[in-house]
Formats: sequence, C-alpha cells, structure tokens
Amino acid sequence: MGASAAGKAEVAAGMAAAMPLALFVLLLLGPGGWCLAEPQRDSLREELVITPLPSGDVAATFQFRTRWDSELQREGVSHYRLFPKALGQLISKYSLRELHLSFTQGFWRTRYWGPPFLQAPSGAELWVWFQDTVTNVDKSWKELSNVLSGIFCASLNFIDSTNTVTPTASFKPLGLANDTDHYFLRYAVLPREVVCTENLTPWKKLLPCSSKAGLSVLLKADRLFHTSYHSQAVHIRPVCRNARCTSISWELRQTLSVVFDAFITGQGKKDWSLFRMFSRTLTEPCPLASESRVYVDITNYNQDNETLEVNPPPTTTYQDVILGTRKTYAIYDLLDTATINNSRNLNIQLKWKRPAENGYIHYQPAQDRLQPHLLEMLIQLPANSVTKVSIQFERALLKWTEYTPDPNHGFYVSPSVLSALVPSMVAAKPVDWEESPLFNSLFPVSDGSNYFVRLYTEPLLVNLPTPDFSMPYNVICLTCTVVAVCYGSFYNLLTRTFHIEEPRTGGLAKRLANLIRRIRGVPLL
Amino acid sequence: MAAAGAAATDLEVVRGKRAALFFAAVAIVLGLPLWWKTTETYRASLPYSQISGLNALQLRLMVPVTVVFTRESVPLDDQEKLPFTVVHEREIPLKYKMKIKCRFQKAYRRALDYEEEALSSGSAQEAMLDEPQEQAEGSLTVYVISEHSSLLPQDMMSYIGPKRTAVVRGIMHREAFNIIGRRIIQVAQAMSLTEDVLAAALADHLPEDKWSAEKRRPLKSSLGYEITFSLLNPDPKSHDVHWDIEGAVRRYVQPFLNALSAAGNFSVDSQILYYAMLGVNPRFDSASSSYYLDMHNLPHVINPVESRLGSSAASLYPVLNFLLYVPELAHSPLYIQDKDGAPVATNAFHSPRWGGIMVYNVDSKAYNASALPVRVEVDMVRVMEVFLAQLRLLFGIAQPQVPPKCLLSGPKSEGLTTWELDRLLWARSVENLATATTTLTSLAQLLGKISNIVIKDNVASEVYRAVAAIQKSAEELASGHLASAFVASQEAVTSSECAFFDPSLLHLLYFPDDQKFAIYIPLFLPMAVPILLSLVKIFLETRKSWKKPEKTD
Repeated sequence: MGASAAGKAEVAAGMAAAMPLALFVLLLLGPGGWCLAEPQRDSLREELVITPLPSGDVAATFQFRTRWDSELQREGVSHYRLFPKALGQLISKYSLRELHLSFTQGFWRTRYWGPPFLQAPSGAELWVWFQDTVTNVDKSWKELSNVLSGIFCASLNFIDSTNTVTPTASFKPLGLANDTDHYFLRYAVLPREVVCTENLTPWKKLLPCSSKAGLSVLLKADRLFHTSYHSQAVHIRPVCRNARCTSISWELRQTLSVVFDAFITGQGKKDWSLFRMFSRTLTEPCPLASESRVYVDITNYNQDNETLEVNPPPTTTYQDVILGTRKTYAIYDLLDTATINNSRNLNIQLKWKRPAENGYIHYQPAQDRLQPHLLEMLIQLPANSVTKVSIQFERALLKWTEYTPDPNHGFYVSPSVLSALVPSMVAAKPVDWEESPLFNSLFPVSDGSNYFVRLYTEPLLVNLPTPDFSMPYNVICLTCTVVAVCYGSFYNLLTRTFHIEEPRTGGLAKRLANLIRRIRGVPLL
Repeated sequence: MAAAGAAATDLEVVRGKRAALFFAAVAIVLGLPLWWKTTETYRASLPYSQISGLNALQLRLMVPVTVVFTRESVPLDDQEKLPFTVVHEREIPLKYKMKIKCRFQKAYRRALDYEEEALSSGSAQEAMLDEPQEQAEGSLTVYVISEHSSLLPQDMMSYIGPKRTAVVRGIMHREAFNIIGRRIIQVAQAMSLTEDVLAAALADHLPEDKWSAEKRRPLKSSLGYEITFSLLNPDPKSHDVHWDIEGAVRRYVQPFLNALSAAGNFSVDSQILYYAMLGVNPRFDSASSSYYLDMHNLPHVINPVESRLGSSAASLYPVLNFLLYVPELAHSPLYIQDKDGAPVATNAFHSPRWGGIMVYNVDSKAYNASALPVRVEVDMVRVMEVFLAQLRLLFGIAQPQVPPKCLLSGPKSEGLTTWELDRLLWARSVENLATATTTLTSLAQLLGKISNIVIKDNVASEVYRAVAAIQKSAEELASGHLASAFVASQEAVTSSECAFFDPSLLHLLYFPDDQKFAIYIPLFLPMAVPILLSLVKIFLETRKSWKKPEKTD
C-alpha cells in the first residue's frame, strides 16, 4: 500500500505513452459528445417516524429509499451513483428479482406496543425471488447467502438446504412481477443470529450520505443497540418507473426500527428528545436526498387528559389512516431551510404535560460477573389491595468452572426487601432515645403516627441448567469396562487350568477344629 | 490315579497355553490391523516425486524468429546459403531455483516477391501497416533491408513495429550474418524477453534484497481482474460533480482491455462515493494559498477511503481501484508534492497492486460565478490519460529497453502493441508456473509433515492435474507455442490453488494424541494386561523347561 516517489515519477514518465494515445482516440470519437443535461437517474428519499408507544416506550423507524432508473441486468458495465455498488453487482450477477433481508434483535411486543410498520422475525431472515432465467436456483441461493454474509458480517453462510423452504402462498413478490412461479423463491430464517454493531456498520456504509449528514447522523451504534428492539433490513425490488409502467426501476429500501425503553433512559418519565434517545441532534440535511423528513406521531395530542407538547412546534401536520387507526403526524422537513437554521441544529423534544404519578423507580442493570441487578421502587399502595411485582429472567449457562461443587442444588437469589412506614393504630408519644429500651430504638421514628417496618422475603432458589460434566468420559469408561469384564472372564475361563484340590492333612482350620474336639473329648477328624 | 490326574492337568496346562497364544495371535493378527484400518485417515496417493522434480524444472522459453532477407541486404554469396536456422540460447541469471533459458530460434530465409514490394516503398510505418499473414502468439518476424534503404531514417539502425514485426538494416560485409544476427537478437529481446521482465514476473519468489519494491508493482497474475473507477466527493454541499464515466470507459478503457483480453477477463465498474474523506490533513501553503499533500503522507491517504470502496461482492478476482478525488471546498486547490517539494504534474499517484488516485481540483473561477453547490463537469480526457498510464504500469507493461539507434513505433489506437501483449504473456506464463510450483511444493511439504490430514480423491486429482498442466506448459514454452502455454499455466495455478485451499484438508486436523489415549486406555489396558502376563508366564516356563535338561546333564 505504500505509494512511493518512484511511483509518481513513473506516472509522469508513463504519460508520454498515454498522451498521444488519448488525443488520437479523441480525434476518432470526439464528436460523441458529453451528455451534459442528462437528468439524474437515481434519487434518494429519507424519513424518520417517531411514535410514542402506549407502554411509554418510543419507537423510531428510519427509512432510506434509493430509486434507480436502470436495467441492471442488461448492461455489461455498471456505473453506480447513489445505488450501492455491492448490492447492484449482486442483482446482476445472481439475476435477482427481489431481495429481502432483515436482522432483528428482540421481539416486537404487539400487545404493548401496537402493530409495527415493518415486521421482522427475531434473528436473520432472508427471502429472495430469482429471475426465471436462473437455471440452478439452489446453487445461486447458496452463493448469494455466502456473499451476503460477507457484505453484512452475518452468519448467513449457515443457510443451507436444512433451513431453506419454498413457500407457495405466503411470500408473494412485493414489487413488479408478471408471473409468480414459486420455484424461484427461497426463504430462510436463522433465529439464533445475534445482531450487533458489525452488522450495522456495513448497513450504514450502503447509505449515500454514509452517516455524515441527514437523518443518518442519528445512527449511533451504542445507542441503537441499547434498546428493547432493534431491526434493520434491506429490501430490493423492481418498481414501475412511471405511471404507465413502461419500464422498470430498481428500488432499494434500507429500514431500521428501534424501540427505546423510555422508562430506563428517561428516569421514569415518558418525555423524550432526539438528543436523549440518540445522543445526537440533526444538523444538516443530506444534500443528495430529494426528500428528508421527520414525522412525529402526535395522535394523542388532546386525548385522555394527557397533553403533550412538541418542541419546536411543527410547521405542518399530516393526517391519515395508518394500520386501521387515524393518526396525526407532525412533519419536520429538513430540506426546508427554516427548520434547522435557527440554532444550527434540530432537537425535537416531546413533553407530557400531566404530572407523572408520585413514584420513583431506580433500576441498575447487572453486568455479568461484576454487579447484580438492583431494582428499587417507591410506590404508594392503596388500602386492601394486592400488588405483585414480578421479574422475568432467563436461565443462562454459566462457564463450567463457575458451577458450585453441588450444581444441581440450584443457585440462590438474595431475598427482596420491603421497607415501609406503617401508620400506627395508636399515636405514640415521642420518647427519649437514651431512656427507652434498646429493642425500641434501632429505627428512628420521625413522628408518632407511623412506625418503620422492614420485611424480607424468602431467598429464591433457582435451578439453572446444569451440564453433565463427565458424560462423554463416563460412556467411554462404562463401555470399556463392560467389554473388559466380559473379555477378562472369558479369557480366564479359556486359559486357566482347573483341577480338583486334594484335601491335605493339615490346614489351619482342621488343626483348630481338632484342638477344640480334643478339648471336648470328641473323636478327631 | 494321581498319575492320571497329573496327566490330565498337564493336558489342561498345555491347552491353556495354546488358548493364551491363540488370544495373543488373534489380537495381533486380527485386532491390530482392524483397529489400524478403522481409525486411519484416508490419504490418497500423491505424485510426491514429480512435485519435488518440479523444483528442478528447467524452463526453456523458445521465441521463434523469422528473419527475412531482402535482395540487397547482405552480400550475394551469403544469400546463396539461405535458408537455414540459427539457434541462440542464453541462460537468464536469476536467483531462483528454476533454471530459465531463453532460446531464440532464428529461421533465415529470402524475402518473397510481395514482401520485397511492400518493403521497397515508402517508410517503415506504412510497410508495416498492411501486413498480410497472421503470426502466432510469441513469434517474431524481422525483415533485413538493404544498407542504404530509405525505409528508415538515415541515423536509425532498426525499427520495432506495432505488431510482431521489426526491420533491421543489413550490411555488406564479410561477417554480415554475425553482425546482423547480433542486431536481430537485440531487437528480438526488446520485443519479447528480457531479464528485468522475468525478474518482475518472479518478484514474489526472489529474495527481496536483490529486486526492489518497484518490481513488485504489477498485479499478480490471475484469471481475471476487476477495475473500479470511483469518484470521491467529500463535500457534496459545495460540489455537484458529474462525470461521464460511461462514455470514457467506452472510448478509452474498453479498447485497451479488449486488446488485453488474452491475459484474462476484465470487468469494469464505477461508483460515486460521497463524504469519503482522505485520511490526511493537507498542509496549507500561504504563499500560493493552496494545500499540499506531502509524499510521505500518501500511504496514509488510502486506508480510510478503502473501507468505503466496498470489496467486490460478485467475484474473487483482484480489484484495481482508480479514485478521482475532488477535494472539499475548505481544502482546495490541493496538490501532491514530490520528494523535492515540487507539485506533481499529473496530480496523481499510484499504489503498487492496488490502483491509482488522482486529485481533481475544481476551477477556482467556478466559485465566483454561482452559489453553492457548484456544478462540476469532470474533464474525462485528462483523467483517463492518467488512469490509462497507471493501468499500463499496474499490469506490468513497462517501456522496453530499446537498443541504441532503434525507432519505436507509437502504440496502436488501443494503447497496446501486439508484442507488448506477447511480452506480458511470456512473463505471466513464467509467473504462473512459479506460483503453481510453489503452491504444490508447500502442499506436499505440509501433507508430509502432518499425518492427520485427510487427502480426498478430488484433492489428489487436482494435484495430478496441476502437475500435468505445469509439465504441458513447460513443453509448450519450449516449443514456442505461447498461447497454449499460457492457458496451461493458468490451469496449473487454478488446480494447484484449488487443491491447496480445499476445506476437506482441515477436517481432522485438530485431534491431539492425549485425547486418543484417554479414549483407548480404558479398553486397551484391561485387554492387553492378561495377554501380556500370560505371554510372560509362558516365556518363563519354556525357558525353565529348556534349562532343566541342561542341569540334568
């Protein structure tokens, strides 16, 4: 990779050969002309939808759409502008008609969050429609998944015939399609795939503005993966170039949905801002984008006694029926100079006006092998009520050296603590600390109307999955022992000589018996 | 009764001994081979001796040269001796295990009538343009013309044409054949094989101290190459850059690659990358109010850009990158400085085996005219001149060492003369043979050293194919068939790499001996101990019974 001085000097020397050549060729083909006024054949639209979810979490959905008016499969030499070269080469090399790839960490909880804009299963999902010119679909599918695993740093190369299916009803082409012969469809899911920064980085590189300008500035990996749900996807499909659909264009949609746990990040408040979620603000639009917008769901604007305030106030709103319900969105157009110009950045904030309940939740998540979980809640319980606090946990396998010598006994979880000030039946009079009996003076009591109680629950014994540490060696030893025992006795039986021992005059037992007989006066043996 | 009992016991003892011996025999004759057979790794046989023979392979590169004498080129009595053949052989001194010999086989003959006619008229360029017969790859034709012919300018002794022909001035002298023969060899070497061409081809296999990094500049030989032109626009807010890459590729790059198509498959792509910065902050020079990239900074320029370039997804061929960098407004104009601090005329540099970078400054007048972003039309002629020159360098098509007083024709419109292509094919064939030999040798070494590696039949057949292809290629080189030799050498490389990188070689590699013992001991120990003990007992008893008769004596 070292560029040397000699190299440069030779560029200059090499010019002597190239110069006349270029001029000569120009004379031959010069009037070919420059296509100066040719309109751009590709365009980029980007948008971000922020939806406060019923559970108090906040969902953010990015979509970047690149449209390219080109017949990718027909042109030998390919020239790319906004459309990423890596994916374009795939389309032409493997004769793809459609490609849908998603990487998801977590699960979209429809019951709490409502229906999603973009659905994806946990793990990695890939489904592809090939052109009907492809002769060996399975081979192309295998090669394609290998290449994609290289592009996105994912384990897609584990896709093989054991986890590939050809659905016949469910996965219709999303784009233009004349006929749908299911022979050309392949579908695979890898549920184990863990999505992480190394998958996000190549995904970001496919964006024309990378992560330098526009909405993609917000895509900061350490925030995006600090969420309850993360799903990124790539969709490629052919679409109509114009209303009459005389020719096709290629559409690449890169989507990313995340759900921020507003309760954890916002210290129990449901308010959010771009900076708090992404630790970035929007500074400039992507100059390549023809449309760049942020939508904020403000449907609950004046309902349920809850009012919310969006800051800065939106210039326009947009109303439509989305997923069966009427929604209102505030629109911020980044290409509109007034949106950003005021303070050189745009930090959209949303505040709930109704004061939150008088409560306090402190949660400190655990770090593996460093610190445990800590969950503290300050709650006011109504009288005669039952309050249940439940915590879900996952059973994990420890490292094999971390198991106790008695691993099947289980692992203890320390008891939970309930500290309460209980109203007293009878008002106690304030007592003098030094005078009162010792049993009454450990916990200070501020006034006589209530007293302090601290309750502990039982420790919890959790059974963790325990591996059988010695199974393989046990099996080997057992089998070998059985074989050895059979063999040994067989061997002895065949090689030893057996003969009847003649009773000899002597022997310790006989002498002892005779001694006793002599004492008893009985005839000897 | 006691005697009968003793006899019966003796019989029993003998039977027991026999049984023990039988057990031992079964264990050794049946058990051991069975265990050996069921646990052995499958290793197909390989031509080890042939592979080690390849190291001492003698490459004989034969260049057939047809020498045509026109009427007044040599004295008459010399002309009477024609036609005959002269062989000129020379060993090329390289510190390499292969011996390479260069052999020019000169077939002398008299000119035919139409050749006389063509050569007698006009200048050399015209005479060469309409060459009637097609010549085979690698062969050369040298015309010897009369001493006073006006075909060449008076001070020139020889002329190298754009195809596979050359013209040499004859001489009226007693030793005419010797003198002309030397001139012909000079010209033929320049057109086909010289020491430095081969040294560059074998740069990877030679000790580093002798051959500089410069020799390692050309791309390694491969079946195909991908050429990617990238326009880097780090500041799309200020510059709206347009380039007519489609037209430029069609006009300048494609003809060159078509001429080069014998050397491999080529594919061309282009892309535009926005917000792609160089990794180095240029130095501001207030005197000229421009920015400079120092030469020692250039290596750091490439790395940050490369992560954006994207590896080629669709093929495994090596990629050549050509980057056109339009510096951002805050850093323009930007110039590359050489060692002495002077700006480089082309404002470009190249990186060995990687590609080239050219900095394209926007005309400063454009900023005054209109608001940002400024529309920039790239002058593709200027850019492609540089990129094509770099492309030639990266393919190892260097300027030949022209003998003194020799006129060199300009390149054809494609930018590549036919003999330059031949020279490339010679070098690539030798390089391929060296690569394939090295691969096969190290594979054989590896397999010999580690006995756990499985050798499947398909690996073995690839090895056999590679060995056969190397031998075929060497034969074809020796008989002067360049085209088929090159094809065979490519096959040798493909097959040898296919064998070397076969995943089945790795299957059983990690199976250490202590694990084997842990598995075998619980079975083998209880079975072997009784057999050994009874064998020892039998041995002791027989020795005792042999000694007893001695004592009675």
